[in-house]
Amino acid sequence: MESADNKTRQQRRRFMENISRAAGGLALFSMGLGIYSRSAGSFPADKIRPPGASANENEFQSACVRCGLCVRDCPYDTLKLARYMDDVALGTPYFEARSIPCEMCEDIPCVKACPSGALDPLLKNIDDARMGLAVLLDQETCIAFQGLRCEVCFNVCPVQGKAITLNRSHNLRTGKHALITPLVHSEYCTGCGKCEHACILDEAAIKVLPLTLAKGELGKHYRLGWQEKHNAGKSLVTPDPEHQYNLPEGVSYDYEGAGLEIKPVDKTKEDETPFNKSALDRLNQGLKK
Amino acid sequence: MSNIQTVNRKQNKKLKVEVGKSRLRSYKWLLLRRVTQLSILSVFLLGPLFGIWIIKGNMSSSVLFNTIHLTDPFVFLQTLAAGMMAENTLTIGAVTVAVLYFLLGGRVYCSWVCPINIVTDLADWLRRKLNIKSRLTLSRNNRNLILMAVLLAALFTGTLAWELINPVTLIQRELVFGMGLAWVFVLGIFILDLLISRRAWCGHLCPMGKFYSLLGEYSFIRVNAVQREHCNDCMDCYAVCPEPQVIKPALKGDAFSSPVILSGDCTNCGQCIDICAQDVFSLGPRFITKKSETSQSGVSS
Repeated sequence: MESADNKTRQQRRRFMENISRAAGGLALFSMGLGIYSRSAGSFPADKIRPPGASANENEFQSACVRCGLCVRDCPYDTLKLARYMDDVALGTPYFEARSIPCEMCEDIPCVKACPSGALDPLLKNIDDARMGLAVLLDQETCIAFQGLRCEVCFNVCPVQGKAITLNRSHNLRTGKHALITPLVHSEYCTGCGKCEHACILDEAAIKVLPLTLAKGELGKHYRLGWQEKHNAGKSLVTPDPEHQYNLPEGVSYDYEGAGLEIKPVDKTKEDETPFNKSALDRLNQGLKK
Repeated sequence: MSNIQTVNRKQNKKLKVEVGKSRLRSYKWLLLRRVTQLSILSVFLLGPLFGIWIIKGNMSSSVLFNTIHLTDPFVFLQTLAAGMMAENTLTIGAVTVAVLYFLLGGRVYCSWVCPINIVTDLADWLRRKLNIKSRLTLSRNNRNLILMAVLLAALFTGTLAWELINPVTLIQRELVFGMGLAWVFVLGIFILDLLISRRAWCGHLCPMGKFYSLLGEYSFIRVNAVQREHCNDCMDCYAVCPEPQVIKPALKGDAFSSPVILSGDCTNCGQCIDICAQDVFSLGPRFITKKSETSQSGVSS
């Protein structure tokens, strides 16, 4: 009886031992995997995800099954699948703008090919894609900022004239020329990377960065006075005083509008002038009067 | 015991010759499996190498004839655990493949499809030929724990954490998309299986294998030992079987027990069928219990 009791006790001990060993192993392994996924799962800033990929890398990695169908259907061989030892999460698609940028196909074959929804199937218009944001990172080397005419990034931009515009300013170095510099607008930039690819420098001055890195964000409580005023139709703080100007007759000044306006002189009243029409006649008149 | 076995093995070799179990027949299932494995891999490679796109993608998810989606249900399960509501195409693909393996035997994936099986089979064969003895015995429970850990990690990180290191999908992917450093993993698994522990990867560690084993627990096609009274205890089947623990209940059970190998761990590889000189084993439907019992009694009487 006692030995039987001992036996069950031993069995119980062995059972507990096995269970705790298994639980410990399980906890360690899953924790190790979790920690590894933290470091191996981050997305480097110099790589770009295909169109429709979530800007939240975690979200993308929960959906991407690493099948490579987007890579296969990319007609320009832009997309690549991350291999072992690449700095991109294993088996996930990405591209490097400097080598092959996204050509922004109108039918978006990569998104169509994605079976999992990791590339958002709701993306129907490629202009709505936000793969990243082009940023003119280095004004010191960009030759446009040196006063030279370049504008290559402006010219290759597929969202022409919207995503990159040219900004004219005074060239302080020469004192008499213009600086014609590119300016990126996040409202239109898709992050395709054609500008980075085309940049004539040895190392591109304009680069596509992940949106999270490229964009600032105004504090949620912050209000811009002029926008609020525009929305409300009037100043919300103190009413603007009426502007009054003492101007000659026929001249008006439109504040926040056309500015100084000189009304054309009424032709019918022209004859009423006491002076002669011709300046020469007026001079010849001398001091007769 | 071991004496009897060696005697029996010698007899079996003679028997094989006498019965006329030709060389080809004793490699029947092995050849069929290799042909299947290599054909599947070749079909995947036809696209990237020759531009013939019968199937596109890789073994994680693919599309057949540009219409039929196929998705690995284990990868799909991980996306679910990571909290992703997948698109219908992925779900349908995963269900299609799951139903297929549910009927054929889950681990048919391991022995008839997965290219790593070629490596681990080679390691095991060399192990036998070179008479390499085990240094380390792993518990088959490890794969259960790893499977749980994989799903837990997906749940907690919200990503497919295991897919960052899964050597199976890594090797499959790099075979189709161009080989990078995946061969390091091939070599690693080969050395592990050859020198460190028998059938260590596929039989003890791989969580995919365990997943497919659970999927095929009730599969329709099974290996059976209907002719089990012909068994002469040579132990050949145990020596070649990647999951030897599954044989005993079917082969050595009492008269009322099913002669069908019911465990989901069985990979339906057919190596036992090939090796057996007595033709004890065969591949067939799961529900043959009654019929075989009568045929068996008919033979013995």
